Amino acid sequence: MQKKIIYLKDTDSTQQDRVNDFYTLFSNELRDTNLIEQASVVRIADMGLYEKGVAVKILPENIVYTGLKNTDVKKIIEETIKGNKVIKESLYEKKSKQMRAVLKNCGYIDPESLEDYLAAGGYKALAKVLLEMKPEQVVEELKKSGLRGRGGAGYPTWMKWNFARGMNSPEKYVICNGDEGDPGAYMDRSVLEGDPHSVLEGMIIAGYTIGSSKGYFYIRAEYPLAVERVQKAIDQAVEAGLLGNNILGSNYSFELEIRLGAGAFVCGEETALIASIEGKRGTPHPRPPYPSVKGLWEKPTIINNVETLANIPQLIFGGGAKFASIGTEKSKGTKVFALTGKVKNSGLVEVPMGITIREIIFDIGGGILNNRSIKAVQTGGPSGGVIPQEFLDTPVDYENLGKLGSIMGSGGMIAIDETDCLVDLAKFYLKFCVDESCGKCAPCRLGGYQLLHLLEKISEGKGEMEDLDKLKKISYAMQKASLCGLGQSASNPVFSTIRYFEEEYKKHIIEKKCPAGKCKALIYFKILPPKCKKCGLCFKNCPSAAILGSREAGYVIDPIKCVKCGLCFDVCKFKAVTKE
Amino acid sequence: MNNTCTCAPELKEKEKQDGIKELKEFIKEHKLLHDKQGALMTVLHKVQEIFGYIPREAMDVVSESLGVPTAHIYGMATFYNFFSLKPKAKYQISVCKGTACYVAGGARLLERVEEELKIKLGDVTPDGLFGLSITRCLGCCGLSPVIQVNEEVFVRLVPEKIPAILEKFRKQEKKTK
Ligand SMILES: Cc1cc2nc3c(=O)[nH]c(=O)nc-3n(C[C@H](O)[C@H](O)[C@H](O)COP(=O)(O)O)c2cc1C
Ligand code: SF4
Ligand code: SF4
Ligand code: FES
Repeated sequence: MQKKIIYLKDTDSTQQDRVNDFYTLFSNELRDTNLIEQASVVRIADMGLYEKGVAVKILPENIVYTGLKNTDVKKIIEETIKGNKVIKESLYEKKSKQMRAVLKNCGYIDPESLEDYLAAGGYKALAKVLLEMKPEQVVEELKKSGLRGRGGAGYPTWMKWNFARGMNSPEKYVICNGDEGDPGAYMDRSVLEGDPHSVLEGMIIAGYTIGSSKGYFYIRAEYPLAVERVQKAIDQAVEAGLLGNNILGSNYSFELEIRLGAGAFVCGEETALIASIEGKRGTPHPRPPYPSVKGLWEKPTIINNVETLANIPQLIFGGGAKFASIGTEKSKGTKVFALTGKVKNSGLVEVPMGITIREIIFDIGGGILNNRSIKAVQTGGPSGGVIPQEFLDTPVDYENLGKLGSIMGSGGMIAIDETDCLVDLAKFYLKFCVDESCGKCAPCRLGGYQLLHLLEKISEGKGEMEDLDKLKKISYAMQKASLCGLGQSASNPVFSTIRYFEEEYKKHIIEKKCPAGKCKALIYFKILPPKCKKCGLCFKNCPSAAILGSREAGYVIDPIKCVKCGLCFDVCKFKAVTKE
Repeated sequence: MNNTCTCAPELKEKEKQDGIKELKEFIKEHKLLHDKQGALMTVLHKVQEIFGYIPREAMDVVSESLGVPTAHIYGMATFYNFFSLKPKAKYQISVCKGTACYVAGGARLLERVEEELKIKLGDVTPDGLFGLSITRCLGCCGLSPVIQVNEEVFVRLVPEKIPAILEKFRKQEKKTK
């Protein structure tokens, strides 16, 4: 039997910490019952639960008990550790607003086991499609479901498939886009690593529907584990007759291969991705022709995102109408987000479309770290925008996010608090786009650089009011004239931060101040004599000898030598160093 | 005429023979896609894996066997960040500059590594031990900020922990010697 681990934590912040008492209780009980070999207790710093009393999480089963009393310890050891039974009364019921459809298997099945996937109902949709459905009927189900692409643009999946299906060509291709370029998002990685067969199944169904016999997985080289698991899944599927010739005894044949990306964001764009597979530099082509007409090696090709494909099996199995019963009028089903930034519980969440941003951040994410206040939420990564705190009650769907000047994107969601500077954030995203621009077209290559330059000027306190206008004008030109989505959307973070936080820009420009204390050129460190206890800690830590004085006389910072590393601010125990 | 080039250093004789042999075998075994050029990405990944970078000699081999000009291969090697024209350091440090890590203070990690090693982004320490690069998201944003040293990922870092991490690899190096 696998050794169990009991994670222990007192999740109440108001009372005295009881974790050590419980630790002793558990340890003693394990010793007394001779179970030390079978289980161990570990005190942990964070369980992702708050104000739920003393809590334990038991691995590998992932059973969580909360609100424990001393007397529960014996019972847990007796029934759960020894007897492998769950104690219903103590079980923590996640009154969760999450809804697991795409992620339903992730973390619950062994991703390297085809048997596990089959036991969870896997490949039933494929069997249904191959044995009972015509390609037209698959398209019909997709149409009923209202599924839209999860890779960013939200294009109706049924239309894409139907185009390719209608093309008269002996060779057609299916590509799974696993390039996951948005920095700070890892939904696709988790699906590929946690449930690779579901994506495979989606691809085979796609292949059958459009009449293709060959598919490619394009996966980022930064995800070696995903590559390994997908390869394993392909091998298993071939072995089991789920891939290859005459799948499940039908007369449909399909094969799959993996291609690796090589660290270029723009290769997530579909035409660039195709160029990359063909052995060319990954630069986009103008569309039309769309890949569904002329794609890989000039043959009709459909490209879908990992999450889109992972949705297919459950959609077909349960039927389009069932899928469409979740979500809003024009956005159906669930969406996976990578919730990060200043939230207490960061991680992947899957929610039904139409849930509000506030519910995601507060009810699922547990609110903002250190109980600071939320300033905005960023969605859509470098192509997206910010949504200020006033709009947190907006239901999440493609249309609403678009109206607010952001996008659904592939699923990055970043909470921003009052200590984050939005000029700096815009600069961060723009730097990313400038680094990743392929350089093929001028609006993106030159415009991006100019925008970045202006933002740098503003953050250094050298900005002028005209710069705001210039930013807007260049942004507009890039949106209209760039060749691909990267350049067209690169200015979105700038546009949207100006739209909602123009005041913050003005503070940088007129008052030469960064309210959040992020932009280095605009902040100054100072030691407040009344608070300074003359301990000398800052003096010892300063890397550039910018702190003058002695333990007798006290200390001051020489603003000319100071490189604004903030070390003195961090180390001072008496909050005597201020940043302004 | 001496046709050495400065873009990618030459290989030592022994490494060269072994590596080139392995590469040739790989290309021979590799099932060609559609046309020969379709194999290019896969083959370049193999070159990077064998040599740790894309040496000039390997470009020539690839060029000959796949029938694409060396200039095109050079273009590929410079376009994709994953391929490099210079040998990598023994321990390649990648600081994550993805969004989650940025919001969690990743920039200060980079500053600290630069300070400790006295090198800039993209450089290698004179002893060839450490190289410094950035990456855009390692997909462990929930544990940000993170850095990666070769295969090992260090999570939830603060700048103060950097010296100990570097020390760990220096010790490891001494031991292997
Ligand atoms: C610059 C750029 C980067 C992109 N990166 C990705 C990506 O990493 N993953 C992805 O699935 N789609 C990405 N896309 C969108 C793809 O071009 C394409 O629309 C998508 O893969 C279609 O799949 P879907 O219909 O299932 O969403 C990107 C688009 C652009 C313009
Ligand atoms: S918009 Fe940018 S990334 Fe896209 S083709 Fe033009 S230069 Fe390349
Ligand atoms: S911010 Fe850094 S450089 Fe400036 S005084 Fe403090 S420790 Fe020294
Ligand atoms: S942003 Fe650093 S791991 Fe994702």
